[in-house]
Amino acid sequence: MSPQKRVKNVKAQNRTSQGSNSFQTTLSAWKVKQGPSNSKNISKHGQNNPVGDYEHADDQAEDALQMAVGYFEKGPIKASQNKDKTLEKHLKTVENVAWKNGLASEEIDILLNIALSGKFGNAVNTRILKCMIPATVISQDSVVKAVSWLCVDKCSGSTKVLFYRWLVAMFDFIDRKEQINLLYGFFFASLQDDALCPYVCHLLYLLTKKENVKPFRVRKLLDLQAKMGMQPHLQALLSLYKFFAPALISVSLPVRKKIYFKNSENLWKMALLAVKQRNRGPSPEPLKLMLGPANVRPLKRKWNSLSVIPVLNSSSYTKECGKKEMSLSDCLNRSGSFPLEQLKSFPQLLQNIHCLELPSQMGSVLNNSLLLHYINCVRDEPVLLRFYYWLSQTLQEECIWYKVNNYEHGKEFTNFLDTIIRAECFLQEGFYSCEAFLYKSLPLWDGLCCRSQFLQLVSWIPFSSFSEVKPLLFDHLAQLFFTSTIYFKCSVLQSLKELLQNWLLWLSMDIHMKPVTNSPLETTLGGSMNSVSKLIHYVGWLSTTAMRLESNSTFLLHFILDFYEKVCDIYINYNLPLVVLFPPGIFYSALLSLDTSILNQLCFIMHRYRKNLTAAKKNELVQKTKSEFNFSSKTYQEFNHYLTSMVGCLWTSKPFGKGIYIDPEILEKTGVTEYKNSLNVIHHPSFLSYAVSFLLQESPEERTVNMSSIQGKKWSWYLDYLFSQGLQGLKLFIRSSVHHSSVPRAEGINYNNQY
Amino acid sequence: MDSYDIPESTPSASSRPEDYFVGATPLQKRLESIRKQTSFIPTPPRRKIPQCSQLQEDVDPQKVAFLLHKQWTLYSLTPLYKFSYSNLKQYSRLLNAFIVAEKQKGLAVEVGEDFNIKVIFSTLLGMKGTQRDPEAFLVQILSKSQLPSENREGKVLWTGWFCCIFGDSLLETVSEDFTCLPLFLANGAESNTAIIGTWFQKTFDCYFSPLAINAFNLSWMAAMWTACKVDHYVATTEFLWSVPCSPQSLDISYAIHPEDAKALWDSIHKTPGEVTQEEVDLFMDCLYSHFHRHFKIHLSATRLVRVSTSVASAHTDGKIKILCHKYLIGVLAYLTELAVFQIE
Repeated sequence: MSPQKRVKNVKAQNRTSQGSNSFQTTLSAWKVKQGPSNSKNISKHGQNNPVGDYEHADDQAEDALQMAVGYFEKGPIKASQNKDKTLEKHLKTVENVAWKNGLASEEIDILLNIALSGKFGNAVNTRILKCMIPATVISQDSVVKAVSWLCVDKCSGSTKVLFYRWLVAMFDFIDRKEQINLLYGFFFASLQDDALCPYVCHLLYLLTKKENVKPFRVRKLLDLQAKMGMQPHLQALLSLYKFFAPALISVSLPVRKKIYFKNSENLWKMALLAVKQRNRGPSPEPLKLMLGPANVRPLKRKWNSLSVIPVLNSSSYTKECGKKEMSLSDCLNRSGSFPLEQLKSFPQLLQNIHCLELPSQMGSVLNNSLLLHYINCVRDEPVLLRFYYWLSQTLQEECIWYKVNNYEHGKEFTNFLDTIIRAECFLQEGFYSCEAFLYKSLPLWDGLCCRSQFLQLVSWIPFSSFSEVKPLLFDHLAQLFFTSTIYFKCSVLQSLKELLQNWLLWLSMDIHMKPVTNSPLETTLGGSMNSVSKLIHYVGWLSTTAMRLESNSTFLLHFILDFYEKVCDIYINYNLPLVVLFPPGIFYSALLSLDTSILNQLCFIMHRYRKNLTAAKKNELVQKTKSEFNFSSKTYQEFNHYLTSMVGCLWTSKPFGKGIYIDPEILEKTGVTEYKNSLNVIHHPSFLSYAVSFLLQESPEERTVNMSSIQGKKWSWYLDYLFSQGLQGLKLFIRSSVHHSSVPRAEGINYNNQY
Repeated sequence: MDSYDIPESTPSASSRPEDYFVGATPLQKRLESIRKQTSFIPTPPRRKIPQCSQLQEDVDPQKVAFLLHKQWTLYSLTPLYKFSYSNLKQYSRLLNAFIVAEKQKGLAVEVGEDFNIKVIFSTLLGMKGTQRDPEAFLVQILSKSQLPSENREGKVLWTGWFCCIFGDSLLETVSEDFTCLPLFLANGAESNTAIIGTWFQKTFDCYFSPLAINAFNLSWMAAMWTACKVDHYVATTEFLWSVPCSPQSLDISYAIHPEDAKALWDSIHKTPGEVTQEEVDLFMDCLYSHFHRHFKIHLSATRLVRVSTSVASAHTDGKIKILCHKYLIGVLAYLTELAVFQIE
């Protein structure tokens, strides 16, 4: 695992050195690989197409579907023995896929043709028709082709009925309707058929435009009504005709009649909901926005909208209200402003950024990446305030642990939080509303509900003064931290690491861009560094206590050291004047760990600390002037102390002299005679197995291994062996911190001559 | 838990709090105030007893009478963006069209002249605490009568009004593009409230949330309203407690003669014109101990769900009925405070 770890680290370093353009994407890419606690959520990030998601998920099902469609296309094979079985299998495949994910428009095209061409029996046709559920949309051409099959009369009456019912149910998912409208006359003629009449009426009701209302049609309808009596479906169509052309129809129609059509969609009710859900998806693609929740039945709880996030609508409505005399023509050719509905690409956004028509509900930007860009760069107070209010209130309303018995909406809330986190990752910036929400909700949180999302929100808290945020947030988090499982502790440490990283990135950008942008926080660098350093000390305190509580768990220690991998590189990676060392509780736990990878990680961190401190020292010498950010000699002393301990243990075999000091009397009492060697690279519990396998490799037939034989030349071979085993951290540490001379000694950083 | 030690911090720069937010944006200021709110007790320990008749003189008495003795459902409302008092006529027209469109949605046919409704926006002049408070306004949905012989006005189907009484804390934080009317009161079918609320949300980018009143605030209301001087009491002072037990919850109603309640209050009350947290607690404790003496039930272990007095009555679900014209503004001021707290 060690080499992989290093690779990751190098990546992280590259990232910070890259330009600002690319680093957003790199970060998100990196994030996907990272993070055991939240990998599930983030992996969704970046995939615009939920349908694509499903397809990737089961390639097998996809193949089976292709085969099934192919089978139906070829038509029934007469000679085949187990024809029925094959047919059944393929039908099942199509049905499963259709009800689960819907079918692509091409597949619907093919299958619809088959169902209406009468190649198979009636039962098969019915089953095929019943599962013509689109993944997203149905192409108009497929419908036109299908209707043409009705003319050649290859299918039975019941199939026709089913086809019309299907057409009515799926009407909203047909991509265009012009061509279908051209077939108006054909449909109208089908009214003659008594069985079809109710369904054709419904279809015509959906299809009718003003120009379709003709005197001869009115006459025909009235004739039909005279023949069949007052049928509700005929009345519906008639009243629509009357609405378009009141002059043509003189008969009086009953006013208060609400349900005119038998619910012909009930066969596909669940499927329709699923399609709507899919179309609604988190995708900002314009096509899907058209099919958005606008045409979804109102939900009482949500006041009329299925989705928590409002639909994107440009604000022309408000503008109209604002202007007193607004004529229709003004409204139609409003020049100067760019309608949101046309905004499809980033260059368009750039060209029109000065005249963009803002959405009527600012919350809708959350689903639109282009507008998120806009929100990110605009410093227009009302825009931000509208978004702030909307997000704060929505979070408060949706939060499931605020209200008893609200847990049935848990999934929805989780999805909402995921959307917010996606937007925050995309912008590389936290929202103030989320921070305010955390203040209010964290004290009530059980630590379980939406854990991954909640901790991610924590990691996106905008940079601010640590001492102010601590009592509101971190003290509550600490209570949960200490009383929860080790996995919770690890997730908290992980999110605090991400928080630190976000703050550092933000600060490093901010410092270098300060003259250009007026950053939201006018802080002094000293103040900022102080806040960051307090955060690091806080995590150090959490970690030390957690190590005690979890009896030095290696698993936990990995997460702690991951945090310090960030910490040790602040000076070089982020170009910020801050070096904070780890607390002794962590250092010694890692040094005495039984796990080689921990020790290796520790070596790497020490190596990076060294690099950072040396770089800082060099800068100080170059600048000569005493800047306020000279590190105190205490930091260097502390580092040298750790270094001495480490070299004393691992290299010079003088473990308890300098560094860790233990009274010789106490050591004597332990009864261990050979304690001096016992923590060096050979005898250290985590290296012992390496030493043994090294010796066995040298002389495999040896019965007893003599550890003390590793010295002189063999010592260097042994080291090479260790390095070849992937202990890169150890390699870097030894190369940089140990003098290769006959007398090994620690190479500390000299601090005395400076002060 | 707080006793972790910070070793001497590495950078030697000063870290006075002023260092952090020098040129903070309004959003940051807001966050600041939220931090303060969250870290301290949410309500001030003392409040003024509502003074009688703070209504401005130009209030239309007919309209005020219309607001009294009705049960209102409370909502909090974030500031309205680009709302203009000069456009009330247009708003009436647009909202009318919206309601008609909404009602027709989902029906197979309902074309034409079916929905005979009329929407009226009107201001409630003078309904404010300070001059800075924006003008309150009223929205009414009337059914237009089919027959010309009938009363021209028609029946009121739904009423809602928006107000802000002493909303200074909120007013300070927003720019002039916004109109702050944090308290919304509705009377009528919930479905209508939903449609109208949706229109407001779409048009002025605001957000409605139901405003519940917790037991803590109900006790405050009980104390403040008992403290009000009322010429003649129209209702007994009544409390309703709910005991959560299965299969059905048990309600305990506790009615006191208003004069007795006032006498109890007067014996507790110290500072003239003000109510403090200790006084509220003491008032409720006296009621509890009295009840316990007679029925051996600890009311403090149950949940207060309703308070009714001659001034007003309030239910924890966020329903209110104001009875006394004199203290209308006082009651609304407290409700505004709760609404502002919810949206901050």
